[in-house]
Amino acid sequence: MYKIVRKRELNPTVTQMEIEAPLVAKKAKPGQFIILRVDEDGERIPLTVAGTDPEEGTVKIIFQIVGATTELLNHKNEGESIQDFVGPLGKATETDGIKKVCIVGGGVGCAIAMPVAQEFHRLGAEVTSIIGFRSKDLLILEDEFRACSDKLIVMTDDGSYARHGNVTVPLKEMLEAGEKFDMVIAIGPGIMMKFVVATCKPFGVPVTVSMNPIMIDGTGMCGGCRLTLNQDGKRVTKFACVDGPDFNGYEVDFDEAMSRGRMYFDYERHAHEEVCNLYKNA
Amino acid sequence: MAIDPKKHEMPTQAPEVRAHNFSEVALGYSQETAVAEANRCLNCKNRPCVSGCPVNIHIPEFIAKVKEGDFEAAYQIINQTSSLPAVCGRVCPQENQCEKVCTLAKKFEAVGIGRLERFVADWHNAHATEKAQAPASNGHKVAIVGSGPSGLTCAGDLAKKGYKVSVFEALHTAGGVLVYGIPEFRLPKSIVAKEVETLKDLGVDIETNVIIGKTLTIDELFEMGYEAVFVGSGAGLPNFMNIPGESLKGVYSANEFLTRSNLMKAYLDDPKTPIMKGGKVAVVGGGNVAMDAARTALRLGAEKVYIVYRRSMEELPARKEEVEHAIEEGIDFRLLHNPVEILGYNNPDDPRDPKNGFVTGIRCVKMELGEPDASGRRRPVAIPGSEFELDVTAVVMAIGTSPNPLIKSTTKGLEVNSRGGIIVNEDGLTSREGVYAGGDAVTGAATVISAMGAGKVAAKSIDEYLSGK
Repeated sequence: MYKIVRKRELNPTVTQMEIEAPLVAKKAKPGQFIILRVDEDGERIPLTVAGTDPEEGTVKIIFQIVGATTELLNHKNEGESIQDFVGPLGKATETDGIKKVCIVGGGVGCAIAMPVAQEFHRLGAEVTSIIGFRSKDLLILEDEFRACSDKLIVMTDDGSYARHGNVTVPLKEMLEAGEKFDMVIAIGPGIMMKFVVATCKPFGVPVTVSMNPIMIDGTGMCGGCRLTLNQDGKRVTKFACVDGPDFNGYEVDFDEAMSRGRMYFDYERHAHEEVCNLYKNA
Repeated sequence: MAIDPKKHEMPTQAPEVRAHNFSEVALGYSQETAVAEANRCLNCKNRPCVSGCPVNIHIPEFIAKVKEGDFEAAYQIINQTSSLPAVCGRVCPQENQCEKVCTLAKKFEAVGIGRLERFVADWHNAHATEKAQAPASNGHKVAIVGSGPSGLTCAGDLAKKGYKVSVFEALHTAGGVLVYGIPEFRLPKSIVAKEVETLKDLGVDIETNVIIGKTLTIDELFEMGYEAVFVGSGAGLPNFMNIPGESLKGVYSANEFLTRSNLMKAYLDDPKTPIMKGGKVAVVGGGNVAMDAARTALRLGAEKVYIVYRRSMEELPARKEEVEHAIEEGIDFRLLHNPVEILGYNNPDDPRDPKNGFVTGIRCVKMELGEPDASGRRRPVAIPGSEFELDVTAVVMAIGTSPNPLIKSTTKGLEVNSRGGIIVNEDGLTSREGVYAGGDAVTGAATVISAMGAGKVAAKSIDEYLSGK
């Protein structure tokens, strides 16, 4: 069992937890993820590591309440424990040779983008962060991003806070103004990452994206997390759990990845409603 | 007394009943049947069965005890060489091993060695009152990577010799392929759990949720005081055919399909982990894993299940009993068929149609057998113009796996072959001192018993290595 040491609500649908897992805390690097099960017979879900405290032996996770499992997890309190917590999985984000970076985060993807921005900041790179949300009440981690970014731009889709519009608008402006990023790192919904790639393409800026497909074991066994890369005119199957989760944005088949992500959409919506009703009636 | 030319039938659930439940198919011999079957053993002098067994169980000796009705004594004889008798009695391909070389098989059907082994192990598990005792410690620590058949065997053999053994398992439950891969109806999870408990009684420590190569490295295991490491990390990433449509929704690797159903219990009525149930399912491949996937799909409510295999019945690599059971249950074998494309739904007028991207069919080409290939089997050749489509809603690819890459990529000096399998010598030793390996991590997808054999060889080598230290 793995104890929840601290819990904090970042917004009504996003929660941060620090979990006692000393071995994972010692090893996890930005870009890597963990897999957890809330309780016996529960589902295995992957969540990206949002930070670690190796001394305390804790790992920070940030999750959006989107389905049955995250709903159950959100009902666990400080001092309670979850059944399983394993990691770190996947490869860490590549930082070598990157002196000037633009981090683009969308929605809860900002939770994954934050430790990456912090790592580049720690390594002395110049960090520009663009973070976008649907509206003001979904905003998370603004202070954290401000602390590790040389420049921070906050966007909301509905204009309820900061600048109105989506994340590609300021990105395009900067690229047109002649900003030369060694790398743009986009982390968020598939559609956002797809458009970040499209925005960068005319400028020839390399783009890394962080993929979060459906996963089960996360250790390179089941193959459920496969995605297709277009490499030199060939379609190549890769596995996000061991080959990723970071990939070259220009190679990823986003349409296929987004379609695969919706495989259990109906099932998940139903399961989430069931759990919500359970707590409503309790 | 004349010898019955046929082995005693294994009682089973009726096909039409079992096709709709996940309870075990084979029900096991009664005491009377077991004794009668044991009496078919000639107790011949040259004992070919023993060398036919990858772990060299003293077969005529245990059968002699069954004849006498001393089932506990029979169990103790098996237990000398096998740590997982209740498992092997169920999943070994006996017809290619001990029973293949049985003297009786020259004239009649072989003695039902596997069925007797299962009977003895089940009898012990139902009747034994004394727990296994941990022997006195010899002070040496050994780490085992993976709790599948090779790891559990290696752990058991070393624990019996007094080693302090820790088994590190990446998943949340011990058992490896025995729990994520082989379905309940062929190997109940309670039997695996029982075998794991027996190992714990012997003093074996099992740490779940630890991925060697990620959470800890092999070098760190040595720093922690382990003097030898056995790598039994098992099968890795599933193979696909690289045909169009393999990323459509409804296409599974067998590993994913079986893991969802078995380990994650998606077969339950109200599962936490989803799986596609019902519809029409094509399983591509002809091994045990393909049979398991096909029969699982049937039990999950599929109205039609096909096995699509590119060679003929003769080359089908699955265990004979599983093929027979699958046929009885109504699985439709499309032999000498090879998939060329998986077809999906696409509404050109509505890109948001929720049906878009789901499997609707599989296009196959008919095959004929040509000249023998490198494996000695006749090579299947496509018949031009023979393509046709099967309507299906899901496709399961059961065409093998390649070894797990995590350990290789984080362990310096560990040599692997071109397919990614860890290279070992005849003692199970890798290119790193003190590091041994066996099972699918070395061979690629193979059988439970061959993995157990490898675990056994490694345990013997580790014992020799450390007792010389």
